[in-house]
Order: sequence, then C-alpha cells, then structure tokens
Amino acid sequence: MKAAAFEYHAPRSLRAATDLLARYADEDARILAGGQSLVPAMALRVASPAHLIDINGVDELSRLTFGDDGHLEVRACVRHATFQRPVEPGPLGHLLSKVVRYIAHYPIRTRGTMCGSLANADPASEWCLVAATLDAELTAISSRGTRSIRAPDWFRGLMTTALRPDELLLQARFQALPSDSVFGFQEFSRRAGDFALAMALVTFRIQSGLIAEPRVGVGAVEPSPRRIARAEEILRGAKPSRELYEQAANVAAESVDPLTDARYDAAYRRDLTRTMTLRALNQAWPA
Amino acid sequence: MARVNHRTLLTKVDLIVNGERYVVDVEPRCTLADALREKCGKTGTNVGCEHGVCGTCTVLVDGEPVRSCLMFAVQLQGKSIRTVEGLAEDGRLHELQRAFTEHHALQCGYCTPGFLMLAVAYLEKHSKVDEEEIRDLVASNLCRCTGYQNIVQAICAAAERLR
Repeated sequence: MKAAAFEYHAPRSLRAATDLLARYADEDARILAGGQSLVPAMALRVASPAHLIDINGVDELSRLTFGDDGHLEVRACVRHATFQRPVEPGPLGHLLSKVVRYIAHYPIRTRGTMCGSLANADPASEWCLVAATLDAELTAISSRGTRSIRAPDWFRGLMTTALRPDELLLQARFQALPSDSVFGFQEFSRRAGDFALAMALVTFRIQSGLIAEPRVGVGAVEPSPRRIARAEEILRGAKPSRELYEQAANVAAESVDPLTDARYDAAYRRDLTRTMTLRALNQAWPA
Repeated sequence: MARVNHRTLLTKVDLIVNGERYVVDVEPRCTLADALREKCGKTGTNVGCEHGVCGTCTVLVDGEPVRSCLMFAVQLQGKSIRTVEGLAEDGRLHELQRAFTEHHALQCGYCTPGFLMLAVAYLEKHSKVDEEEIRDLVASNLCRCTGYQNIVQAICAAAERLR
C-alpha cells in the first residue's frame, strides 16, 4: 500500500529540527531517521503522520563518541550496521557487534538506527534489551532543552516510551563494561531476522571464582525489556555451576509476565525465557 | 489566494540512477521504488510487499543495499542509486547475472533484481565469502520458486569468479 500524504521537512540543524517538532507536535509530527519501522507502519496506514521531519541531514546526529570515562554515546542517526565491527576493543564493542547480527537483515541494518529502535520500543527490539540490561542513559531534546532518562524509566510498555511529542531522542549513552566482563546473548525466533519470541542478555565478572556484578535482562517476552533482579540475586557472589544457572533461569522464567497471542501462550514464552537465559549464562561463562 | 496543500505538493528531486541524472517531480509520499519505476522508467526494480519484508525492491544507495519501498524519493536528493539495469555493461551480463543463469537461480524472475542487488552490494564489500554467510545474507529476501539452493550456489560461484 501507499502511505497517506504528509508534509516533508528536512532540517539541516538540530535547532531547526526541534523547532519544527515544537511547531507541529500537535499535528502528529514524526521524526524520520532510518524509517525501517515507521515507513512500513505508514505503508500499512497504521501510522499517518501529517508531518515527517527527516533528521538525516543533521550532520551532528551521525556521531558516535567515546568519553574519557569510557562511555559510548550513540547519536540519533547512527545506523545499526555501524556496530557490525566492534566500535571499541572492550567487551561493550564486542557485545554490540554480537547482538546487531540478530537485528532484521543486512539492507535493514544499513538504514535503521539504534536510537530509532529505542524510540520505537518494540518489545522484540534487541537494542531495547541492551539498553535495559546495561542501564543506558537516554537524552531527549526539545526546543525547551534537554533531559536525561534512565532506561528503566524510558520504557513505559508496548511501543511506548517517556519521550514527549515535541522531543527527539538525541542519544543513548552506555557505560563501558569492565575489561574482564563476560556476556551471553541468546534469541529465539521462527526465522532468521524475524521478530524474537524471547531473548536474554547476561553480563557479569568473575572475581576469585565467583560471579560479580551480574546483569540478567529478558526481552521480547513482556511489553518492555527489563532486568530480572531475582535472577541476579541468585548469581551474585555464587560459584558458576550448572545447578546455579538452572536455578537462575528458572527464577527468570517465573518472574516474567509474558505477552500472549493466538500462537504463543504464556507457558511457551516462559519456557523460552528459561532456555534463553540458561543458554546465555552458559555462553557467558561455560559451567 | 488558495491555500497550498503542502502534503500533495510536487517537489523537484535530482536522482542519479546508474550514473544518469533524472529530475523528477514527486509527492513527498512517493517511495524511491515508485519514483524509479514511474518517473525514471526503470521498471527493472520490482515492487513486492511494499512494506519492507520481501526485499524484491532492493537497490543500492551510495553503495549500500536498501529497500527502495522504505525510502521516500525526496530523501534521495543528489544521491547515487544503482538498479539492476546498471549491472550489465556494453551488453555483457554482470558475473552475478551469468551465474544466476547458469545455476538456474530463478524461475519466475520476479524477486531476481532484488537478489542481484543485494548480492552485488555484499560481494563488492566482501572479497572472501562462505556459503553460511551467503545463506544468512539471502534470508533478507523472499523467493517462492527456487527454494534458495540455486541462488546460494549462484552467488558463491560469482564470488569465486569476482575474486
């Protein structure tokens, strides 16, 4: 199908973009970055924005920067494909390059953007799970100024975020992972590149043979991805073993309140949660 | 004075298609796929699902493969676009096109331009490829005739020749 008619704006500066947003926020203005979710929604007439503000011409939004304290800042127009090779030598760069391969397909990754995925907040988004698990800090900008929002406060349910109609997601900021961090990422979907039915991301460190700073995130199961605190508690300070991993995976499965539809019931998604978590733990540090 | 409806206003856009310049008038909502077919006469790019799932309309924009149904022509001002019509040179088929013929990598041919452009982009960036990688790559596009086996073989064969 064809999209409904809209007015097209191509600002060349961030200021011009936020001014346009402020002006047209009440008329369903939408930001166009990669367009790999928005444009299909428009073609299906699920979305029919009156104004499309294309930010691809704003140079400063294509930047990827590293701070002195080891954090990574990903601006609004940085494409998925940027992460195919590690953007930094540490575990964070490696983790992002591992996860990006699960995002749709090559021609989608050349256009789609990380911040676009975070703003779209699809439950099955890999980047949303990464942001939730690593406690990314998101910065929204509008003509009123900027504000920073931590991942747990960003996700507000199915395809819903804390972003206001006149705001643009300027950047996502990730703390670098300590160099001795290990991680595992596992996803289950029916076909390669398809929407995930369940995924798990875990990271931790091993100190004197024991697990330290565990993070266990589950995505595509609930309306928003999140860390599973109870599973992390089981792992913290414990010695990695098959029994421990099984216990943590069982707790993760019990903790979730799964989305259901005609094909996939709660029990099935819970089962997938258990399996993905268990595999991710074993991938991070085989026990 | 009558109020101008900006939503249906035609915008002039310069498209560079296979090295040739086309100045076209499009509505903002006109996709790149439709502009190529209807405004530039480049009907080699086929349109399948029109919402980014099938990959049939894949073309290259500044060397990167994209779904041309997921970009609006107004976004392509001054950009360089390559379509299937640009593959053959002086009447001689591209190695990939030859390999597709030799390996029977098409039957109805509808999806073929998309597969060719996807594979061209990939092989231009990756000189050494293995079969598993190509299988992962072609998962991006739908073909309902061949079962993919021959497409994978054709791309691997072309990769060998292009090395």
